[in-house]
Amino acid sequence: MDYDYDVVVIGAGPGGSMAAKTCAEEGLNVLLVEKRQEIGAPVRCAEGISKEGLERFFEIDRKWIAREVSGAIIYSPDGTELKLSSEMAGNEVGFVLERKIFDRDLARMASKAGAEVIVKTTATGMEREKDGLRIRLKRMGEDYEVTAKIVVGADGVESRVGKWAGIDTTVKLGEIESCVQYLMTNIEFDPDFCHFWIGQKYAPGGYVWLFPKGESSANVGIGILPTMTKKTAKWWLDRFVQEYYPDGKIVEFVVGGVPVTGPIDTAVSDNVMLVGDAARHADPITGGGIANAIKGGYFAGKVAKEAVDAENYSKEFLRRYDEMWKNDFGKTLHRNKLLQKKFLKLSDETLDRLIRSIAGYNLEEISVKRLVLELIKKNPKLLWDIRHLFT
Amino acid sequence: MLVIDRYKCAYCGACISVCKFNANELVETFVRVDEEKCTLCKMCVRVCPMGAISVEE
Ligand SMILES: Cc1cc2nc3c(=O)[nH]c(=O)nc-3n(C[C@H](O)[C@H](O)[C@H](O)COP(=O)(O)OP(=O)(O)OC[C@H]3O[C@@H](n4cnc5c(N)ncnc54)[C@H](O)[C@@H]3O)c2cc1C
Ligand code: SF4
Ligand code: SF4
Repeated sequence: MDYDYDVVVIGAGPGGSMAAKTCAEEGLNVLLVEKRQEIGAPVRCAEGISKEGLERFFEIDRKWIAREVSGAIIYSPDGTELKLSSEMAGNEVGFVLERKIFDRDLARMASKAGAEVIVKTTATGMEREKDGLRIRLKRMGEDYEVTAKIVVGADGVESRVGKWAGIDTTVKLGEIESCVQYLMTNIEFDPDFCHFWIGQKYAPGGYVWLFPKGESSANVGIGILPTMTKKTAKWWLDRFVQEYYPDGKIVEFVVGGVPVTGPIDTAVSDNVMLVGDAARHADPITGGGIANAIKGGYFAGKVAKEAVDAENYSKEFLRRYDEMWKNDFGKTLHRNKLLQKKFLKLSDETLDRLIRSIAGYNLEEISVKRLVLELIKKNPKLLWDIRHLFT
Repeated sequence: MLVIDRYKCAYCGACISVCKFNANELVETFVRVDEEKCTLCKMCVRVCPMGAISVEE
């Protein structure tokens, strides 16, 4: 049978746009569908990404970047500071993006590569049609359908595509960070660093962050685990802001949920691959999901091409997408899920002790792995049960 | 009945991801709940960052 498209990608976040771009570059006939009227808005993100996460796939365009940072400062519940920074001046390790611009540009790149992009159009369902799928779309109240060999579900935290395809992606209450963030101005902080406050005192089951967007403006936000507090994320953030930045002005409001389930068993079904937050690919320790969404989109695009060439869209064939993401970032998702479980059990006093044990050190490599290895070295007894995660 | 305060809701989608019964849906800028499917399990109530969802007797 003739299909309208080789691939329909649902959702134009970083994951979906990257998938569509990759498919189009591979010569596939691809449609990218986004339900919002504006790609990239409203933002649901603190916009932090490592330099490496961007450089792997793109020639970095300065207009995507609001601010470069050279390290991170972590504050323990009693206020002890731990600085992670690169010794060399000018050696920036991370970016704070302007996602409204970045997301749009990524969609534009997909379109330039040949993908058809439509906005204000929601995918409302899909069913099997011979070897492919029939996808129901709704555009400004009008229903219509398209057919495709493959669907890439890149529909974010509220993903439905997985469920339509029989992949249960329901998130448990203890597996989602409930988040609120304010873009604040008129506040003082060191703009060369990302700042993190940890502990139950600040954010039960999560942390408070401050990511600089300029010299005196920053994304100040919080993630909490709903199983660990009865109060809302907004309540906790307001409390923090009142104490630390009472004179700050809130000029933008960001709300969202980050799925932190750890790696799911499979992100594929017949004719379907899930990428990014839809595949629950965000990191359980950092909550970061942009880089993995981009990688997943790239892998899914490559596998779509192979599947179309082989005329095989079966779950068995698409498993090579599972293999690719598992071999790449799946192991880190797994490790960080176990780390998260361990850290959730630590009291604020223990966190203070841990941070104090390495506070004087200058950790030049800024990674979860490096940090935790240092903590284990200084606190072998307390952390003996997670040692094996790093061998 | 599940009530969503439209003035508080920031259409973030967090509540959709925790619903086991596929009873809610984020339609552009509002959340729609299918009362037939909703069991009032309150998972969505607890995850909402804004406290926008409540159960009315
Ligand atoms: C408060 C907050 C702070 C965060 N901070 C960071 C950070 O600093 N760094 C980082 O790396 N990550 C961060 N994250 C996570 C990051 O935002 C996500 O992991 C990332 O956006 C995932 O990209 P995605 O492409 O999978 O999904 P999304 O960016 O969520 O895109 C999904 C898209 O699909 C669309 N869609 C959904 N359903 C349909 C449908 N049925 N039909 C058509 N379109 C549909 C949506 O409208 C949306 O545009 C944060 C998240 C939150 C909530
Ligand atoms: S979780 Fe709350 S703020 Fe987010 S979409 Fe649902 S009701 Fe709205
Ligand atoms: S109360 Fe439970 S069943 Fe009803 S919409 Fe919320 S999560 Fe779904």
